[in-house]
Amino acid sequence: MAKVNVKVCLGTTCFVMGSSNLQELIELVPKKYGDDVEVAGSPCLGLCSIDWEFSKAPYVKVNNEVIKEATVEKVLAAIDKELKN
Amino acid sequence: MSINTPAKQTSHLKREILARIIRAYLGDNYEEDVRLIPYKMRPQGSDVPFRCCIHKERAILRDRVIASLGFDIEETQDSELLSNLAKKALDRKQPEEHPLTLLQTACNECVPARIHVTDLCQGCVARPCESACRFGAIKVENGKSRIDHTKCKSCGLCAQVCPFQAITKIIVPCENACPVGAIAKDEDGITRIDHDKCISCGKCVSACPFGAVHKKSQIIDIIKNIKSGKKVIAMLAPAIMGQLPCTPEQLKTAIKKLGFNDVVEVALGADITTKNEAEEFRERMENGKPFMTTSCCAAYNELVEKHIPEIKPYRSETKTPAYYTAEIVKKENPESVTVFFSPCVAKRREAMQNPNIDFVLNFEELGAWFVALNVQVSECEKEDFAKESSAQARKFAITGGVAEAVNSLLDEGEKAKAHVVNGLDKAAIRDLKKFAKNGKCELGNLIEVMACPGGCLGGSNTINAYKQANKQLTGYVEQSKDIKEILK
Repeated sequence: MAKVNVKVCLGTTCFVMGSSNLQELIELVPKKYGDDVEVAGSPCLGLCSIDWEFSKAPYVKVNNEVIKEATVEKVLAAIDKELKN
Repeated sequence: MSINTPAKQTSHLKREILARIIRAYLGDNYEEDVRLIPYKMRPQGSDVPFRCCIHKERAILRDRVIASLGFDIEETQDSELLSNLAKKALDRKQPEEHPLTLLQTACNECVPARIHVTDLCQGCVARPCESACRFGAIKVENGKSRIDHTKCKSCGLCAQVCPFQAITKIIVPCENACPVGAIAKDEDGITRIDHDKCISCGKCVSACPFGAVHKKSQIIDIIKNIKSGKKVIAMLAPAIMGQLPCTPEQLKTAIKKLGFNDVVEVALGADITTKNEAEEFRERMENGKPFMTTSCCAAYNELVEKHIPEIKPYRSETKTPAYYTAEIVKKENPESVTVFFSPCVAKRREAMQNPNIDFVLNFEELGAWFVALNVQVSECEKEDFAKESSAQARKFAITGGVAEAVNSLLDEGEKAKAHVVNGLDKAAIRDLKKFAKNGKCELGNLIEVMACPGGCLGGSNTINAYKQANKQLTGYVEQSKDIKEILK
């Protein structure tokens, strides 16, 4: 099975708008899912600059799915969905 | 973000509005763009995420814009256009005196704080609630305990003894968080801040789940000075080094990109504070004084002024790191405009009383400024600070750091026994009053007081999660020189 790949955007905009509180995912996810999921902080994913969409930050990518206004819960739900596929 | 609190939608809203105001001011259509902020954030037909209808959402956003422009919401007329206020913000000579304002529109009709018997009450035979109550305020009637609120003093004893945990205390979060009883609902149910009592600690700002307590921002005043070509100098409180995903040297460049002429660390002044405070401690102990408290936390200093004047003789006379830093900066650049970068609300009051500090920008506002200009801090070049500060000074932002710094300059045999007040709550204030009254403190002879749990890193206007911020700042401290080397 292919690994699920999670990228938490730690660009300045995402960080200020809330990804500072998503850093716990980087510790939490490996504990919860072991080797099935790869998680890392990422430099700016460039999603906020499209139409100046900073109000939807912070962004997280789970495989190819972009999660807007990401929270820990939303990201975990997206990971569960990917693992079922 | 305060210590151990999860991400909050209210912070997101406040930061989004700040970023929009900054964008508007730096754009071509400032006044009109400010007027449109509530409509841009809740356009026609958009979802209504929090309130009853889109109109209420916009009305609350409007109030948040007013506070972010630096005005008192309660004193602003409902009929005044935001575009007009945006213009007035530019004409203002002096920022507002009190840093906090209330959004009556956002304030929920929280049920007044009281003791409440829930449906879990079984009307038991033992009835410990009845016997525990010293005011005869609780009686079992028709198989259920009932409280006579004219007699109840909200002591909560009945709740403690109930075997079913059926009695609960209903709290109003802001009232409950305020350590000095400065915020409360008046007889008409309208929440008010009593500025004679308020110590600007910002606990109500963090506590309100509706985001109804707002800071009046000085951001327009600051950017105006930059835009007019003045030499504006940034003074960074030590806690900032744990706030953003970049190194301190990159942060310096990032802040310069906003238009600041120079950037200095307030740790510079913290080295002087440490030196003076250690000398003062030594002298006081030699003169047989029982204990000394620190004096660097602005909320604590306001607490002393307004609520515990009797502790003044025990508080150190040493000035704050911000004081010494601003003094140095103004001496070297008399024509400059100084801006203190702050983790909390309380420093606003300190700055107001210090002619060397012109404005205060908090970390959330700085973050919003980076968002507005799309500055990627982690991609900025590194630039060293012109003056180096010590590890001890840079650690002032973490609880226990100030006492540790003072001790590092004291010799064996004269070292202080530190008692660290890690967050000012009602109990801590009672203790401080007791120490002052009795003229002794059993817990130590150097009392370090930090209004926020965790120290300045836990301030109400910080961005980073506490644990990460602590890790990042500690990394910076570890690569810094010892204070003895710096003071040489």
